[in-house]
Amino acid sequence: MTSRPTEPDRPPPEAFLRAAAQEGRGRLKVFLGAAPGVGKTYEMLLDGAARLKAGIDVVVGVVETHGRSETEALVAPFEVIARRPVEGRGRAFDEMDLDAVLARRPQLVLVDELAHSNASGSRHPKRYQDVEELLDAGIDVYSTINIQHLESLNDIVASFTRVRVRETVPDRILENAELQVVDIPPDELIDRLKEGKVYVPAEASRALTHFFSKSNLSALREMALRRAAQAVDAQMLDYLRGQALAGSFAAGERLLVAVSELPGSLELVRAAKRQADALKAPWTAVHIETPRAREFGEAERARVGEALRLAAELGATTASIPAATVFEGLRAYVEDARVTQLIIGKSARSRWFELRHGSVVDNLVRSIGDVVVHVIPAHDDRAAAAARPARPARAPWGRRRDYACAIAMVVVVTLLGLSLARFLNLANVALLYLVPVMAAASLFGLRQGIAAGLLSSLAYNFFFLPPTGSLTISNPENVVTLLVLLSVAVVTSQLAARVRAQADLATRGARQNAALAGFSRHLTGLSTADEVARVVCGEVARLFDARTVLLMPEDDGLVLRGAFPPEDRLGQIELAAAQWAIDKGQPAGRGSQTLTAADWLFQPLHTGRGNLAVLGLARDDGRDPVRADRMPLLMSLLDQTALALERMLLDGEMRQVSQLKERDRLRSALLSSVSHDLRTPLTTILASAAQIRAARCEGLDPALVDGLEIEAQRLNRFVANLLDMARVEAGAVRVAAEPIDLTDAVASAVHDVRRSLADHPITLEVAPNMPLVRADPQLFHHCLINLLDNAGKYADPGTPIIVRAERRAGQLTLAILDEGIGLPPGRENDVFDTFARIEGSDRKGGTGLGLAIVKGFAEAMGLSVRASNRTDRRGACFAIGVPEALILRASDEEPQ
Amino acid sequence: MSQSFKLLIVDDEPHIRRLIRTTLTRAGYAVVEAETAREAMEALRRDKPDVILLDLGLPDRDGLELVPLIKQSSTATLIVVSARGATEQKVTALDLGADDYVTKPFDTDELLARVRSGLRRQVQAAGASEVVRAGDVEIDLVNRQVRRRGAEIHLTPKEYAFLAELAKHPGRVITHPHILKTVWGSSMAHHVEYVRVVVRNLRQKIEADPARPALVVNELGVGYRLKAGDG
Repeated sequence: MTSRPTEPDRPPPEAFLRAAAQEGRGRLKVFLGAAPGVGKTYEMLLDGAARLKAGIDVVVGVVETHGRSETEALVAPFEVIARRPVEGRGRAFDEMDLDAVLARRPQLVLVDELAHSNASGSRHPKRYQDVEELLDAGIDVYSTINIQHLESLNDIVASFTRVRVRETVPDRILENAELQVVDIPPDELIDRLKEGKVYVPAEASRALTHFFSKSNLSALREMALRRAAQAVDAQMLDYLRGQALAGSFAAGERLLVAVSELPGSLELVRAAKRQADALKAPWTAVHIETPRAREFGEAERARVGEALRLAAELGATTASIPAATVFEGLRAYVEDARVTQLIIGKSARSRWFELRHGSVVDNLVRSIGDVVVHVIPAHDDRAAAAARPARPARAPWGRRRDYACAIAMVVVVTLLGLSLARFLNLANVALLYLVPVMAAASLFGLRQGIAAGLLSSLAYNFFFLPPTGSLTISNPENVVTLLVLLSVAVVTSQLAARVRAQADLATRGARQNAALAGFSRHLTGLSTADEVARVVCGEVARLFDARTVLLMPEDDGLVLRGAFPPEDRLGQIELAAAQWAIDKGQPAGRGSQTLTAADWLFQPLHTGRGNLAVLGLARDDGRDPVRADRMPLLMSLLDQTALALERMLLDGEMRQVSQLKERDRLRSALLSSVSHDLRTPLTTILASAAQIRAARCEGLDPALVDGLEIEAQRLNRFVANLLDMARVEAGAVRVAAEPIDLTDAVASAVHDVRRSLADHPITLEVAPNMPLVRADPQLFHHCLINLLDNAGKYADPGTPIIVRAERRAGQLTLAILDEGIGLPPGRENDVFDTFARIEGSDRKGGTGLGLAIVKGFAEAMGLSVRASNRTDRRGACFAIGVPEALILRASDEEPQ
Repeated sequence: MSQSFKLLIVDDEPHIRRLIRTTLTRAGYAVVEAETAREAMEALRRDKPDVILLDLGLPDRDGLELVPLIKQSSTATLIVVSARGATEQKVTALDLGADDYVTKPFDTDELLARVRSGLRRQVQAAGASEVVRAGDVEIDLVNRQVRRRGAEIHLTPKEYAFLAELAKHPGRVITHPHILKTVWGSSMAHHVEYVRVVVRNLRQKIEADPARPALVVNELGVGYRLKAGDG
C-alpha cells in the first residue's frame, strides 16, 4: 500500500559540475585538529614521507617547526622551497614563495597552517588563496588546520572558549578536500601543553590557558570529529548522485507519525523513529484532536500524552492538531508540512464502522498520492479492545433538563394543534410537530431529538389521528407521517451535532489564539521583570488550572520572582529540579524525565542569552501539571515570556548605557564650569596684581605683589592639575597622544614657572637630536611643571636646577636635578604617594599632591617616574622614563 | 601713536572687563566694552575696533559661534581670551579664524604683547613690508630669502615653506593641521612628527640657542608662532 515520491531522486547537475571541476585540479588533503598541539604537522610530515618513499615528488612549501628538533628531523628528507622575505609594516616576514613552488611544479606540496594570514605585500592576503592557486595549477596540497579556524564554526568556538581567532578559512575550501582528523584525548593534550610541547605564541599564553581547559578541548574535539564525518557524508552523497545512484538514497524525506489514544501508539512511535533513522529524515508525531477526543477519559489522555512525550524524547517534533476527523487533520498536515512518508496504525475499528465511514487508511491513500503510507499493525489488539469500553463518555443520555424541554415543546405544540384543529387539516398539524423535533435535535442532540420525535408521533397519533384518543392507526398513510417525524429527528440532530462540533473546534482554536494574544498583550505593557513574573504566573495558572511559580537566577542562586497563588514555598527537591532545569535548559520535575519525585514541573525559558528563568507548575490533585496535548500552548507562552524578559534585560542595559553617558556629560559640564568659576577669580587676582605692580604705589613692598602672583599661579596650576586628573580618569589621554619635541616641552615648562623659580638658574641639557616622544602634550607639560615646582620648593636658594635628557639602550630619560636636602635614603619613591611629604619639610607648604599627580599622569601616558638621590652631590633627581615603544626613531620621520 | 587704535573687550565679568580696560588704557589704547554677544556685534558695527578680545562663555551665545561672524564682518584682529584651556578648543577657535588664543588667567604683559603683535599684523596686512623681521632674522617673502644678521641662511624647501607660513601671520599661532595642510598637503594631516623634525632643523639654523627657542615658539599641543619684531 505504498506509492513513491517521484521528484527528489534525479542527481542534481551541480554534482556533475563539481566532479568535472575536480578533473585536472590538484587534490587537497587537510589534517584537521581540535586544538594546537594535537600533532597535525607531525602527521602531515609522516604522510608526506610515505608518499615520498612511494616515489612521489614531494616538497615542503612551508612548515612551522617552531624550533623543535623532532619536527626538524621529519622535515629533513624533503626538499624545502626557500621562503620569500616580504616587507610589511616595517618588519620583515618570511612567507611561502608561491611562484617558486609553481615554477618547481612538484606533484605534492606540504603547506602548514592553512588559516595563516600573509604579510601585507604578498600576492594573496590569505594562505588558503595560495593553496587554491596551487590546486588550480594541478599540484596536490597537504595542509593543516584547527577546527576553530573554520569560518562557520568560528562564532560557536568563540562563544565557549572566549578566544576568537581572526584567521578563518571559508568552509568551501574544505568541501572538496580529503579530511584527516588528527586526534588525541584532551588529557594527553593538556599534559603535552604542560610539558611545553605545544607551541603557544607568547602574547596569547594567558588567553590560551583558559582555552586549553578539558571541557573546551572535549567540545572542540567533538566538533572536529563531527565535521569530518559530515564531510564524508556530503562527499559520499555527491558521489552517489554523480553516479546516478540516488535511488538508493532518499534525501529530503520527512516523516509523520499519527498517534492516537489506542495502546499501540508507543510502538508506532518507535517504528517511526527507526524509519526516520534509516532515512536520516526529520520526523514529527501528531495527534489529531477530533471532537471525540474531548470525551476521552484520563487513561486515554495519558496514552496520547505518553506517545507524544516519547516521540519528543526520541527527537521528533510533536503537535496536537484540532480537526473534525482524523482523515481531514492528517491530510491537511501532510500537505502543509510536505510530508513524504506517513506512518499510521492499523485501525482498531470494527468492519462495520469502516463500511459506514470508510477506512482512514483507504481514504488517505486515495487522496494523498505522493506520500508513502506505512500501516503498522497493532500487536496487542486485545488490549485495544479492552481499552475501548474505557470510555465513560460524559453523560451518554444527556441532561434531564433537555428532555424536559423537549417534552414541554411537544406538549405546547399539541395544545396549539388542538386549538387550531378546527382550522387546519391533519397534514398541517403533522408539520407543526416538526418544530419541536428539529428544535430538540439541533439544540440538545440526537437522543433528545429522537425522544421528541417519538413523543410527537405518539401525541399526533393519540390526539389527532383518527381514531383519536387511542394509539391505533387506521390509515396506513399515517404510518408514513410518523416515520417522517422520526427520520427528521435523526437527520437534523446529526447535522446539528456536526455543526456544533465544528463550532466547538473553531472556538477551541480561537480560545487558544486568544489566550496567546491576550498573553502577549499583557506582556507588552510591562516594564519590570517582577511584573512579567506576576503576569506570567497568573496567566499560566488560569490557562492551565495549576499553581505556578517563576524563578530567576541571581548571584546567590535561584530567587522566587512570582507565584500564583502568591507566597508559595518550594521544597528542596523542587529547588533542585528548578536548578537542574535552568542549568541544562531542559524540563525537570514531575512529568519530565528528571527528578520526577518533585510535585512541580519546571520548564526553562530559553533566550539567545541563555536560560533567563524557570517556570514551575503543579496541580493540587497530584496529576501531571500539563497534559501532553497542552504542551505546545505552554511552549508558546514560555517563548513569549522569554522574549519579554530578554527585551527587559536589553532595556536595562540601554538605560545603564545612557545613564553612564549622562554621567559623563554631567561630569564634563561640571568640569568646564569649575574651570571657568575658578579661573575667573584667578584672572582677576593676577591682573590686579599686575596693575598694582604697574602703579608702583608708595610704600608697597614689591615682594608682596610677587608672592601674590606666584601663589595665584600655583593655585592656577592646581586647578589645571585637577582638570587633567579628571581627564585621565575619563580615559581621554591616549587619544590625545602626539609626537612631541622635548625641546619644546622643556622650553614651555621652564617659561611657565619662570616666576616661581626666579632665584634658581636653570640649566638645560637637552641635546637637539633627541628623538621625538609620543605623549599627551598637556599632561607632559604638567608633569614637568610639577617636577620643576617641586625642585624649586626643596632646592637650596640660589642653587641651579638641571634639566637633562639622556638616551640609553631601550629607554629615554628626562631628569630634573636639584641641590637640596634630597630624599630619605631607601624610601625615595615614597614621595610619589598621595599626600606624602618629606619629613621635616612642613615649612615648604603644599599638599604633596604634585608628585602623586606626576606619577598618575606619567603612568596614564605609559611613562614611568623614578626618584633618587643625586650621586654627584647633595640633592634629589626625578626622572621620567620613556619606554622604547613611545620613542619615535629617526627612520620613522622622513619629512622632507 | 597707539592712541588711534581702538579695542573691544567682550566679557560678561565686569571685574575682568574693568581690569583689562585699565591695563589697555594705561598702555594708551581706546577701549570699548560689550557684555553680551549682541552688544559685541553692535559695537563691532558702531565703533569699528582694531582688536577684539573675546571671551567664549557669553550669556546669550557661545563665543565660538561669534568667531566666524566677526571675521566675516570685520578685519579686526580677534584674540580669544577664555578660561577654556583644552587644546581642542584652541585649535577649533584658531581654525575658525581667531588670530590668537589667550588662556585665563593670563599674564598681563603677555596679553599686551599679543595685542601689539596683532596690531603689527594689521599694519603689515595694510600693504607694508614684504620682509618680516623676527629677532635678528629677516624673512623676505618676495625673494624667498632668509637672512640672519644680513647673511643668507640656506633652508630646505620644507623649512622655508614652514617659516614663510608663520611669517605671513607674524605672532599668530598657526595650528598643526593648518601647517600640515599647507606645507605637506592634505594627506599628511596627522603626521605632527614631520612638523617637529622640520622645526628642530630650522631652529638649528635660525635660533641663537636652539635649546631655548625664542623665534619659533611652540604652543602646547596647538601649533607654532613666529615671535615677530625685535623682542
